[in-house]
Amino acid sequence: MNLQNIVTEIEKVDPEVYGRFDTRRNVMKSFANVSGKIALAAIPTMVASMFSKAYGQIPGNVNSILNYALTLEYLEAEFYNNIVGSAGYLTASAAAQGALTKIRDDENKHVIFLKSVLGAAAIPKPTFDFTAGNGSGTGPFAGYLSSYPVQLAMAQTFEDTGVRAYKGQATNLQNNRTALTAALNIHSVEARHAAHIRQMRRALDAAIPAPQKPLKPWITLNYSGIDFPPAQANINLSYAGEELTTQAGVNIAGLGGAFNTASAASEGFDEPLTGAQVLAIVDPFIV
Amino acid sequence: MKKTIFQPPVETVNVISSYGMQRRNMLKFFGASAAAVTIGTACNKNDDVSGDGVNLGSGDVGILNYAYALEQLEAAFYVQVILTPYTGISALETEYLTDIRNHEVGHREFFKAAITAAAPASVIPSLEVDFSTIDFTSRTSVLTTAKAFEDLGVTAYNGAGQLISTTGNGPAYLTIAGKIVSVEARHAALIADLLSNGSFAATTDANGLDMARTPAQVLAIAGTYIKTKLNAANLPS
Repeated sequence: MNLQNIVTEIEKVDPEVYGRFDTRRNVMKSFANVSGKIALAAIPTMVASMFSKAYGQIPGNVNSILNYALTLEYLEAEFYNNIVGSAGYLTASAAAQGALTKIRDDENKHVIFLKSVLGAAAIPKPTFDFTAGNGSGTGPFAGYLSSYPVQLAMAQTFEDTGVRAYKGQATNLQNNRTALTAALNIHSVEARHAAHIRQMRRALDAAIPAPQKPLKPWITLNYSGIDFPPAQANINLSYAGEELTTQAGVNIAGLGGAFNTASAASEGFDEPLTGAQVLAIVDPFIV
Repeated sequence: MKKTIFQPPVETVNVISSYGMQRRNMLKFFGASAAAVTIGTACNKNDDVSGDGVNLGSGDVGILNYAYALEQLEAAFYVQVILTPYTGISALETEYLTDIRNHEVGHREFFKAAITAAAPASVIPSLEVDFSTIDFTSRTSVLTTAKAFEDLGVTAYNGAGQLISTTGNGPAYLTIAGKIVSVEARHAALIADLLSNGSFAATTDANGLDMARTPAQVLAIAGTYIKTKLNAANLPS
């Protein structure tokens, strides 16, 4: 029996089979991995199993990771939906309004995209309380709709958290190359957003602690660059661990020249957050 | 037959190979000539230049060498930018470009050290670059090239993630690549904003996603600036 022929037959029946798998190569690999160990008579069962893999549910963990990502995108999308057009937003320059609108659009596209990927497995949107009051509506960010500086501080925290959250799940998506690449392609967009929001905050020069200036598009040490006492502890959680300067056992600081300080070494690498860390950060915002 | 619940993002699969426009945009800048800048020499015992050029190798080490090659290119570029600042560079631009130089040198040195530790016989040598198409006195030439390099780096890491193995050190390497790619994206956003404020994420597609490129696609573009011939034939696919 010729495995290549079987796959060719499947291609005729379903030209999109490779979209359901990761690649043609992986289809062949999943055959090859087992073909050596089983009798030829078992091959029809293998084909059935392959179809079940192609058409059945994706493994639960990939679904749950994508739903985790979807939760964060719901949060970001609704946040920007709320602030665009708000009293605080209207005090900003036209360029700033344009940037926030662009980011709002990207986040809403991420929601639509992840929902389309998850299909029926997509979780519904949670109810959010952007005052970080767990539903009381009176949390530390109460009044955010009328304060542009607070809106930017929240936006920066959400974006930097998003970057770190996606990064922390990459290895959990490794068995699904398509999902991994899609997640990486979202991840870098969140970083672009973060870089721009940070420039906006630097230009506005509000609520940035003096010792942490200048605020940069990248994260220096574990500096939040945000001075907001009512929610400082929660904000700092989003930057905990960013001061790392050793990667895979290599101390980056000092490598290549004296200019490569600990600050520079920490900026050059964004650090992941675990699911538990992220949930602690977003918990006050979810009712 | 059961209908799939997980609809694989077909668009994403497609964008991996649809990079024609990006490449064209990049090639647009190269017509003018300037002094060739060569940094580093490609000559040591691991420099398998007989025939097919420097072999990046296979498996995870191959991917690390691939990243190392790109970081060498970026680092060499920004070192030159800081050495010979373009006409009219502002204090803010100097600050940002110096930071980026520092990050890229850190990335380059990280890969050199990490590959040397993991597979000392496989680490590629210092590559010879060719910046003759870049006018380092021109803000537009420098920033446009910087944007091209950063966007290329983002798509390269995004595309390489799925090529890293799921066993051994593979997951750790994937995490490291993730740590670096978001910083490249921050650079890309900043440089885009310097060229045109507000264009920080103008590269996103209809789904709000960045692109991914295969090593072959990336090296076809980067090859313009890397004089040393690279052999990527053994990289995972």
